[in-house]
Amino acid sequence: MTRREHQHLVVPAKVDQLHRIAQLASHAAAEVGFDHVQADRIELAVDEACSNIIEHAYGGQSGEIEIEIVPEHNHQITIVLTDTGKSFDPDSVPDYVPCKSIDELKIGGLGLHLIRQTMDNVCFEFNVPSEQGKFNRLTMVKKL
Amino acid sequence: MMELSLKALKHVDVVTVSGRIDSATTPEFETALKSLQERGRHKLVLQLKDLDYISSNGLRAMMASLKATRSHGGNLVLLQPNDRIRDTLGLVGFQSLFDTYDDILDAVDAF
Repeated sequence: MTRREHQHLVVPAKVDQLHRIAQLASHAAAEVGFDHVQADRIELAVDEACSNIIEHAYGGQSGEIEIEIVPEHNHQITIVLTDTGKSFDPDSVPDYVPCKSIDELKIGGLGLHLIRQTMDNVCFEFNVPSEQGKFNRLTMVKKL
Repeated sequence: MMELSLKALKHVDVVTVSGRIDSATTPEFETALKSLQERGRHKLVLQLKDLDYISSNGLRAMMASLKATRSHGGNLVLLQPNDRIRDTLGLVGFQSLFDTYDDILDAVDAF
């Protein structure tokens, strides 16, 4: 199996890019050694994270998402997403709580829940200063 | 990429959806479900055999439709979701909220 190196790309923050980004992550995860169930979940986490950036950070405005995928064969995968949109406090999103009844179900926080369910480490950093201005960074790690 | 088709079977509507339901395709999926409800069709079977992927936006649309159909005495049931879709439903605890069938006759007869 080919061992892919670190991948880095910048894409427009548009929903039509989601499939491509998510599948890049899933293929990289499979190459690290994750089974298809885990690779599929990693694809889902990346899709959710990018969707949040498009819908909330950029809120429909144009922008870019920088994606870095660092596969470490037989060890772990690290995915870093960077944007220059609006920051938000993930702690302000109410925790999603699965319910046995649809009447009690509150559906907010579903995307964040999926990300946290899937990845071992999830780290949000907001308004990180740089020479080009401030940016937001989400680092997600999944260990094999 | 998502494909969607509708077929009336007795008093039930079968919504067949294939491909991916993500943020790009959820609006079309949501519109199809809402338009059925607006026409007073509240007995829905969602045929998922060829659905490869669903994200939280699609799950929200499914849940909204489930609530709407049940509030009108109907239901939205799932038909033949693959292992991946079942896994995603399990991650958010939705598997116990939807009635799921492997046979279309059982799904239609459930109403």
